[in-house]
Amino acid sequence: MLDPIFLLEAVVNGILLGGVLALLALGLNLIFGVIDIVWIAYVDLVALCMYAVYFLVTLYAWPLWLAGLVSIGMGALLGVLVHLLIITPILTSPPINQLLATGGLLFFVQSFATLLWSTDHRSVRVAMPTLEVGGIFISFTRLLAFALAILAMVALYLFLTRTYTGTAIRAVSQDREAIALMGARPQRLYLVTSAVGGAMAGVAGALLIIQYAVHPYFGSAFGPLTFMICVLGGLGNMVGAFFAAFIMAQIISVGGVIVSTEMGYVIAFVVFIVLMFVRPGGIFARRA
Amino acid sequence: MLELNGVTAGYGAFTALWDVSLRVAAGEAVAVVGPNGAGKTTLLRVISGLIAPRGGRVTFEGTELGGRPAYDVVAHGIAHVPEGRRLFPLLTVAENLKMGAFLPSARAHFRESLERVYALFPVLAERQTQRAGSLSGGEQQMLAVGRALMSRPKLILLDEPSMGLAPVMVLRLFDLISRVREGGFTILIVEQNVRQVLKLVDRAYLLEVGRIKMEGRAAELAEQDFVRQAYVGL
Repeated sequence: MLDPIFLLEAVVNGILLGGVLALLALGLNLIFGVIDIVWIAYVDLVALCMYAVYFLVTLYAWPLWLAGLVSIGMGALLGVLVHLLIITPILTSPPINQLLATGGLLFFVQSFATLLWSTDHRSVRVAMPTLEVGGIFISFTRLLAFALAILAMVALYLFLTRTYTGTAIRAVSQDREAIALMGARPQRLYLVTSAVGGAMAGVAGALLIIQYAVHPYFGSAFGPLTFMICVLGGLGNMVGAFFAAFIMAQIISVGGVIVSTEMGYVIAFVVFIVLMFVRPGGIFARRA
Repeated sequence: MLELNGVTAGYGAFTALWDVSLRVAAGEAVAVVGPNGAGKTTLLRVISGLIAPRGGRVTFEGTELGGRPAYDVVAHGIAHVPEGRRLFPLLTVAENLKMGAFLPSARAHFRESLERVYALFPVLAERQTQRAGSLSGGEQQMLAVGRALMSRPKLILLDEPSMGLAPVMVLRLFDLISRVREGGFTILIVEQNVRQVLKLVDRAYLLEVGRIKMEGRAAELAEQDFVRQAYVGL
């Protein structure tokens, strides 16, 4: 029989993992919800940001927080570049072509990273204590990543609900022509959305590199999970993605402790497939 | 204030407007009436920049606006309340109004504009936090007009505001539009509800199959047998 203390620890770790997964899913879902294109290579952009933090910290001895800020800026820049170079020319193409184009970016980034940095797994070692609360051990690194992920999501929420540009970003997805009549340029709103989504990838990159090693195929490890969370929460549904991330993280974490780490992912994917049969529009879809 | 000279426009191979000329003076309320498919909506879309004219000139206060994008036209002081209202259904009433004030010049007067809109349409103040999509047809039309007022326009283009509304609501809406007019706005309105709209405006144009057929003072036009038989239903 499993010690309940391990189970409790798994639940806590699940919550901490959920925060970072939610951040990943929100960035991807924001772009999909507004521009209506799935950036299959989204997590590969996260991986590039992880590399940036890694090299700045290990090679150039930059402080972590400063490297993190660079990562956010780089994510925003990558978002803008992807939008201008890849998305803009195919904005009105059939969805399959859009998927192939961003899928092509995925292979490009992965091969590019392999060529430049080999397939080594690279991680940033940070000396941070492990906290003990009532018999369970919590990694301070994970706790910090969780807190910062929540902070980033709160900032995103405030941006989308309180500012003119943020509200217009939500409006352009509902009626592109009407928002132009209000004096906003739809193309510019798309660009801002891509920059913000990219910046979220930068935040995620900085928070992931202190917990996981980066390698050229990091995107393939976390990408499907992120995409699955978006679909589970309902594509484009920000609140849905947020909760779906915590559900999946719980399954992975608790399942991992009860069976094995690999099985935790297997169970999560099985739950996903089953839920897709039961609720094809996502678990938070409104009934038609 | 607004002048169209020989404007021709259409979609693809189809021409919806042929050589249309019209004029709206500051402070005036002008209607364009005509049957379905006459090109009334196209006319407003050309003015607000949603489609570019193929030929002719659209000038507003001396500036040529023909072919400029919609986000640029509204910055010159023309607000378009489009056909079917085109609200942002998932945003709240207050957020829709906020979007109306998106222009930097409008943002500076946001509070003031909001108070004016709420004074004009008190029901919108009551429904501030509701999603626009949950409002009744009449309330949605009020919100569409209110959203246009938030940009502090000089000229308001109204496309079929009575569409889909119950007769009682139509009367109320026209009453509200006349109050908007008293607030000092110039109005160009397109309507199929000819009888009501002729009571509201100073002058009217009759548009048929993309061409202006007749123009005159609203009262005179209402007296013409031809118009009465065809549109007023008397």
